[in-house]
Amino acid sequence: MNSSGPSALAPAHRAIELIGSDLTEKSLRLHLEGLSGVDAVGLEQRAASLGTRSIKTTSKAWALDTIIRLIDLTTLEGADTPGKVRSLVAKALTPDPQDASTPRVAAVCVYGDMVPSAVEALGSAHGDPDAGGISVAAVATAFPSGRASLAVKLADTADAVAAGADEIDMVIDRGAFLAGNYGLVFDQIVAVKEACRRDDGSYAHLKVILETGELNTYDNVRKASWLSILAGGDFIKTSTGKVSPAATLPVTLLMLEVVRDWHRLTGERIGVKPAGGIRASKDAIKYLVTVAETVGEEWLVPHLFRFGASSLLNDVLLQRQKLSTGRYSGPDYVTVD
Amino acid sequence: MSRLAVPKTYKLYIGGKFPRSESGRTYEVVSTKGAFLANAALASRKDARDAVVAARGAFAGWSGATAYNRGQVLYRIAELLEGRRDQFIDEVVATEGASRPSATKQVDTAIDAWVWYAGWADKYVQAAGNGNPVSGPYFNLSTPEPTGVVAVVAPQSGGSLLGLVSVLAPVIVSGNTVVVIASESAPLSAITLSEVLATSDVPGGVVNVLTGSPKEIAPWLAGHADVNALDLAGAEALDWVDLQISAADTLKRVLPPVVGIPSPSLDRIVAFTETKTVWHTKSLI
Repeated sequence: MNSSGPSALAPAHRAIELIGSDLTEKSLRLHLEGLSGVDAVGLEQRAASLGTRSIKTTSKAWALDTIIRLIDLTTLEGADTPGKVRSLVAKALTPDPQDASTPRVAAVCVYGDMVPSAVEALGSAHGDPDAGGISVAAVATAFPSGRASLAVKLADTADAVAAGADEIDMVIDRGAFLAGNYGLVFDQIVAVKEACRRDDGSYAHLKVILETGELNTYDNVRKASWLSILAGGDFIKTSTGKVSPAATLPVTLLMLEVVRDWHRLTGERIGVKPAGGIRASKDAIKYLVTVAETVGEEWLVPHLFRFGASSLLNDVLLQRQKLSTGRYSGPDYVTVD
Repeated sequence: MSRLAVPKTYKLYIGGKFPRSESGRTYEVVSTKGAFLANAALASRKDARDAVVAARGAFAGWSGATAYNRGQVLYRIAELLEGRRDQFIDEVVATEGASRPSATKQVDTAIDAWVWYAGWADKYVQAAGNGNPVSGPYFNLSTPEPTGVVAVVAPQSGGSLLGLVSVLAPVIVSGNTVVVIASESAPLSAITLSEVLATSDVPGGVVNVLTGSPKEIAPWLAGHADVNALDLAGAEALDWVDLQISAADTLKRVLPPVVGIPSPSLDRIVAFTETKTVWHTKSLI
């Protein structure tokens, strides 16, 4: 791969509109390297200050329900079975059997080969979370490492879409990104986006996982976010959950700022999904505050913000039970995942 | 030469650490004559919640340890108590206004009670369990097992160290973990006991000590769904019937208040266990 030559890139319309019709590795590089650097201290201070808000009583009740509505309930284990996916779906449909007022989660997130099981288990509840349904999200492109040829990644994606996945969570090629091959990363995202096309011409939503824990610097996170949006991502997602550190508040804040800048520039709304490591309601509420303060409350809807989580849901349910009964609840009163 | 004394600000003991109260509140511990002795943390319901989480987290490891191991760990605490004997005596004298001989007697009795309970670690199962006769070629064995997380209101008067030891030791000897509300007026020996536990081999979270108002904290522990049993030993001054009612909603084992300090007994150990009965085929050889 020629990393610095004038080789043309895949014609992604966002990039062409912003950078110009001579979209090449070089012009993309110039654009990304022209982004201003991130003030790391300021970013972390801002994130820390957003985490100090006190959210109580009715605000807390609203926040807990909102968190549930925004969860991508996830199981991504080598030991996943169709039975486990069915129980995950059952939990997504009825998070708290003792309380029918509990909202449903936004989506279930599984490996590509488990999509048929999830679709079958969801039945008529399968649909757009904004319309009360539950989506099926599939991780693809040789998740979590992304170390496979493009052909394999595309086949992986097309398979999941054909099986009924509404959303594809792809990983970027971090090796190529860190080596400076931005064009390669860009072309792969464009190609995967095309693989998300269904027979009827519509597209599965594409979430682009940056795996910020492997990108090392905030500057890289900003570049990768920008690159993913230019290439056509509908969502940018922090992490696979397989690498530590996974989602952190400063990184999510930084990605939200990119999304805000993009919205100001083009009027287009991009989604953000922090994933991995968010286990407590208290932490999740900090993310809600950060979203509301950075891009606005209108982002707190399933097609613009998600939590990638599994154990978070149980903690939110415990907090909900505490609010409704006035007593502290315990892990015996939620499902064992 | 006179020197300025350094009065201590005591903290809670939760999960093997010494945090301040989440609420930031403290209260003054005074002698029976009203002289300032120390500041202690005034625990809130959230501290109680955190303590239950810590106790639940420690339960698997502590109950899974062998009985011999638990016995050794508890005996080691008695050794450490012995090493701090003079400090305990001074604190009992200061907080309870007791005479030095009676304080010495209390501390010695407390250490002896601890050793007594430590000895039961690998014996209570034999005493409380049973091999049941059944009409078939089976062994049928009933054995007591620790019930889980136990919330305890320590005796509020009449011997702060002895009262605490007399309710704490029988709970943890079988493998339970505990959240204990110390004596409100005389919490110093509870806090010093925490310092002993923190430097012993007891895993963090097995014993969690809250200082503050039992009236404020006990209802939250009684209603907490993740607490398995409730010892109301020192709750005679509270609305303990309400606490029992609250505990009944989540099927807790409850021991009612006692007058004075409970004397060492096997019953207090067995009270916080559940009986498991297993059937096993006898060999056909």
